[in-house]
Amino acid sequence: MAFFQAKSTSATSKHFVDPAHQPWVEKYRPKTIDDVSAQEHTIAVLRKTLVSTNLPHMLFYGPPGTGKTSTILALARQLFGPDNFRNRVLELNASDERGISIVREKIKSFARQTPRAQAVASDGNVYPCPPYKIIILDEADSMTQDAQGALRRIMETYARITRFCLVCNYVTRIIEPLASRCSKFRFTPLDSTSTSSRLSHIASAEHIDVSSEVISTLIETSGGDLRRSITYLQSASRLSSSTNPPVPITPHDIQEIAGVVPTAVINDFAKTLGISVVEDMDVDDLPTNWKLKGFNAVQKKVKGIMREGYSASQTLSQLHDTIILHPTLPARQKAKCALAFAEADKALCDGADEELWVLEVGLRIHKAVTTS
Amino acid sequence: MSLWVDKFRPKTLDDLHYHQSLSIRLKSLAASADFPHMLFYGPSGAGKKTRISCTLRQLFGSGVEKLKIDQRVFISPSKRKLEINVVQSNFHIEITPSEAGNYDRVVIQDLLKEIAQTQQVDLNAKHRFKVVVINEADSLSRDAQAALRRTMEKYMSNMRIILCANSTSRLIAPIKSRCLLMRVAAPTPEEMQNVLEHVAKKLKFDLPEEASQQIAEDSGGNMRKALLVFEALKMQSPDLSGSLTIAKPDWEIYCHKVADLIVQEQSPARVLEVRGKLYELLAHCIPPTIILKTVAERVVERVDEAMKADVMHWAAFYETRMRLGNKKIYHLEAWVVKVMSLYKHFMYNFDMADFE
Repeated sequence: MAFFQAKSTSATSKHFVDPAHQPWVEKYRPKTIDDVSAQEHTIAVLRKTLVSTNLPHMLFYGPPGTGKTSTILALARQLFGPDNFRNRVLELNASDERGISIVREKIKSFARQTPRAQAVASDGNVYPCPPYKIIILDEADSMTQDAQGALRRIMETYARITRFCLVCNYVTRIIEPLASRCSKFRFTPLDSTSTSSRLSHIASAEHIDVSSEVISTLIETSGGDLRRSITYLQSASRLSSSTNPPVPITPHDIQEIAGVVPTAVINDFAKTLGISVVEDMDVDDLPTNWKLKGFNAVQKKVKGIMREGYSASQTLSQLHDTIILHPTLPARQKAKCALAFAEADKALCDGADEELWVLEVGLRIHKAVTTS
Repeated sequence: MSLWVDKFRPKTLDDLHYHQSLSIRLKSLAASADFPHMLFYGPSGAGKKTRISCTLRQLFGSGVEKLKIDQRVFISPSKRKLEINVVQSNFHIEITPSEAGNYDRVVIQDLLKEIAQTQQVDLNAKHRFKVVVINEADSLSRDAQAALRRTMEKYMSNMRIILCANSTSRLIAPIKSRCLLMRVAAPTPEEMQNVLEHVAKKLKFDLPEEASQQIAEDSGGNMRKALLVFEALKMQSPDLSGSLTIAKPDWEIYCHKVADLIVQEQSPARVLEVRGKLYELLAHCIPPTIILKTVAERVVERVDEAMKADVMHWAAFYETRMRLGNKKIYHLEAWVVKVMSLYKHFMYNFDMADFE
């Protein structure tokens, strides 16, 4: 990692990389842990460690885009300063080879080095620079069991001069002996207020005009994943600014970028399945139509959706929301539908054919709704 | 002489016939300095690849068309040698990592790092970055996808990734959130007819309205198929008049035969007969999912309304089993037997009800 970084920094000095071309997620990565959005509890604990300069081994876990990597990078930067950062921090992620041999060689040799003397910070600030190094294992849940096992003893032996920070999405994939050696920090999905404040901060820094509807659409589509909403915002602003004359960003743009299936399509599909959608509550002749629309109608509709290229999992999850939040459908029917959704999700995860399963879900819902 | 599909493949974004709004977007993105990572998805034959190559051309000019094919050797951690074909120009590189099977992660890691760490040397290049096109991204293993995650962020300054996939379901969320999603829907029949007419005009002959309509309907939104069928028809009857019969591919006819066999009679002997046919299909490298889908669709057309849902349910069920298992014929046969027994039951109950 240190090697790569050295290279990229020298490269950036040679070829000037316009910061405007950087992804905003990198550009607006928090510089200090105080900048990290939400996660008050974790930040409070870490702030104390910054004062005492003593750090336990740490395990950060939580859903994507909640600031795990940002937090540890910001913390390391605050501890060591930009000059010492390179030789005190080793970052390994899933894009690096992390088999057992790497754990034995690279990680071990880095862990056993005694940290070098603190270099004088060039920017004039004073950094605590405690006498240990940090090894960041990003996306640690994709490490093999063996590689994790090999880490166990290393973590203990060199605990005096090296601290580990494991970052992962699923804490259950980390073997118990490793998890018990770390203090765990759970990162929660961001609440809408902190997401919206962060997004509007970025928007104002980038001089783009976003309405409150756009921000609420962003929050809705990203589901607490800040990185995703920032990426969407950047893509949308790219699209809007590149047309001539620039057009304002609309919630529809965001939905298209996010790959969300338009509500009209979902409602239409639901109607074909015999579920009356809220807007059509006044239409009373629906039940008679149900019998007419049988298998063939459903099949045709599914084929249409697949031809439009919408993703099956996205379609199903949106249909799921429509049905589960439906105001009038009896609970029993909802339960039957939910069962169908669950099975389809598993099948899709296993790589089953999308069209078959969307059709299957459609037919089962149709059956559940019509025969009550 | 090349096929019409290749000959009339649009070269620039302006030549594209349908999805104009998408073309405008791509054009403006290519013109702006910050080009994002992109993910093109949509059904096959909708024009994903064409759009990618047009975008590349828009980005770098005609230099991207000077392609060379390289055979690269990668070494897996267990010292196994993997040979992968790589198509590249000075500005982009195109890989199909699924060729590497289980070791696709190694290919992704090595190749992307190598590209990411080399700077563009050509000073006349329009952009500082190289583009990596990854085909069939939805068949990348989880590991390989995980390997992409950080790379996509870290090496943004000299590399962009364009993924091409049939659906986004099998891509992990972190990848999707790093890309700009581009949905390429299948063309509508009218749009397809336009394209067909355009081709006909280029070749200077008349295309009757009914013929183009028929071709467009038959191809089910697959532009490539439509053009191939069109060319074949033109070979058969040069004036394209009168009643045209679009020849179905052999395997499809064969699948229909299998479906008819299932519906006609339900007995162990028939199962044996069907099995022979299924083996034949598999031996000709027809993907088992396609066999199952085609047969099921045909069966559904021929059975009673009340049974249709069940037939499809079991098709979906056994298709999933087939993915998990590794002996395809078992699951195909299981489905056949299941459908037969359903049919028997249905007829039996039906008959009894009628008698009473």
